[in-house]
Amino acid sequence: MSKIYDVIIIGAGPAGLSAGLYAGRSHLSTLIIEKAREGGQIVNTAEIANYPGSLDEESGPSLIERMKNQAKHFGAETVYDTVSEVELQGDVKTIKCLTNTYQAKTVILANGAYPTPIGCPGEREFTGRGVSYCATCDGAFFEDFEVYVVGGGDSAVEEALFLTKFARKVTVIHRRDELRACKSIQEKAFANPKIAFLWDSVVKELSGEELLDTMVVENVKTGERTVVKADPEDGMFGVFVFIGFRPQTALYEGKVKMQDNYIVTDENMNTSIPGVFAAGDIRFKSLRQVVTAAADGAIAATQVEKYLEAQSCSVI
Amino acid sequence: MLELDKETFGTEVLEAEGYVLVDFFGDGCAPCAALMPAMEAFSEKYGDKIKFTKLNTTKARRLAISQKVLGIPVIAIYNSGEKVDELVKDDATQANIEAMIQKYI
Repeated sequence: MSKIYDVIIIGAGPAGLSAGLYAGRSHLSTLIIEKAREGGQIVNTAEIANYPGSLDEESGPSLIERMKNQAKHFGAETVYDTVSEVELQGDVKTIKCLTNTYQAKTVILANGAYPTPIGCPGEREFTGRGVSYCATCDGAFFEDFEVYVVGGGDSAVEEALFLTKFARKVTVIHRRDELRACKSIQEKAFANPKIAFLWDSVVKELSGEELLDTMVVENVKTGERTVVKADPEDGMFGVFVFIGFRPQTALYEGKVKMQDNYIVTDENMNTSIPGVFAAGDIRFKSLRQVVTAAADGAIAATQVEKYLEAQSCSVI
Repeated sequence: MLELDKETFGTEVLEAEGYVLVDFFGDGCAPCAALMPAMEAFSEKYGDKIKFTKLNTTKARRLAISQKVLGIPVIAIYNSGEKVDELVKDDATQANIEAMIQKYI
C-alpha cells in the first residue's frame, strides 16, 4: 500500500467506465477495481438498440469494449480484485480487496446490480446445468432443445426472441396475465411462432439428475401446481431467468445512507459521506439504463474533481 | 494453453494421466473472453505443474453437454479423466480459480 489515488472507482460497468473516462481526462489519478470482467450486466445483452449512437448490431460486449478502451486511453488504471471491506470515512478512504489494499481521496461506488434469482429450491445447484441468466453465453447449448424464459419485462422478452435462434421452442413464464415489455418488443414476440406463453405462473422448484430436466410451476391465481418434465429424447431443458436486478450494496450496509437497498445520492451523486459518490444501477433512481449509468459516472467524476479542488484549498 | 477440439478432448483430458485444467468457453460468451487473459497468465505461472487446456464449446456443443457443461465459463479440473472440481460462471473469478489450482499442485 503506497499510492493514494485521487479516485477509486468500484465496478467497471458503464457507470464506472464513464467515470473512469471523465476522471482520466481530468488528469486525476484513477483506479478502477473490477471483481470479474468489464461491463457488468450489459455484457450479457445481445442487442443494445437504445443507447444513443449505438451502431447496428451493437451488442453489450462491443459497446463495453469501446468504453473500456476509451477509459484506458485517458489514463484510468484497472485492477481485477474483489473488494472485501471498505473504510469510507475521513480524508483517505481505504478499499480492502482479497489480493491488495488500495487508498484514495475519493471513491465512486459503481458496483451495479446483479440478476434477481427466482429464489426457489434447485436454482443455485442447477446454475450452469440448465439454469442461466445469460442468453448470449449459454443460448447455443440449447440448439434444438426447449427453453423457458422467466419474466415479462423488456429483457425477458428480448432474450426470449434471441433464444429462438437456437431453441426449437421458447416458453415465457410470467407471473401476470400480460407482459410489461414495451409494445414493439411484445409485437415481435407474439408474431414469433416459436414463442409460447405460460401466464399467471411462477417457478417453484427446479430439479434433475445431473442436468435440469424437471420444473414445478404454480399458477398464482388457482394455486394449481404442474410438473414440467423434459422431453425424454432431450433429457434436459433450459431455464433463463430475467426478473429484474438487485443492487450490490451488501458491502456498504450501515455505512452509507440507503433506501430499499439502493444508495441514496443527491443529483450530484454525493452519498451521505463526503468524498464518496455513487453512480449507475446501485443508486436509488427511476431509470436504470446504460445511458443513465454513463451520465451518473460523468457527473460523479466531475464532482470528484470539484471536491478535490475544495479540499486542497481548505488545506492551504 | 492447449486448444482442444472434440477430436482431441478424449486423449488430452479423459485418457490423460494426472491433473488437467479445462477452460470451457464459447464464441458468444463475453464473460469467457474477459476471463481468458487471466487464464493465459495462470497457464504461464502454473503450466509446469498442471496441464492447461481450453475447449471452444460452440464447436463442441454435444461434448460440452456430455461433460455436464450447460453454462459457461466453466473452469474444471480433471484427474486421470475424472472431473474432480469446477467453478461455474460467477464463481469463476480469478481469485477462486487460483485457489482451486493451488489445491491440486
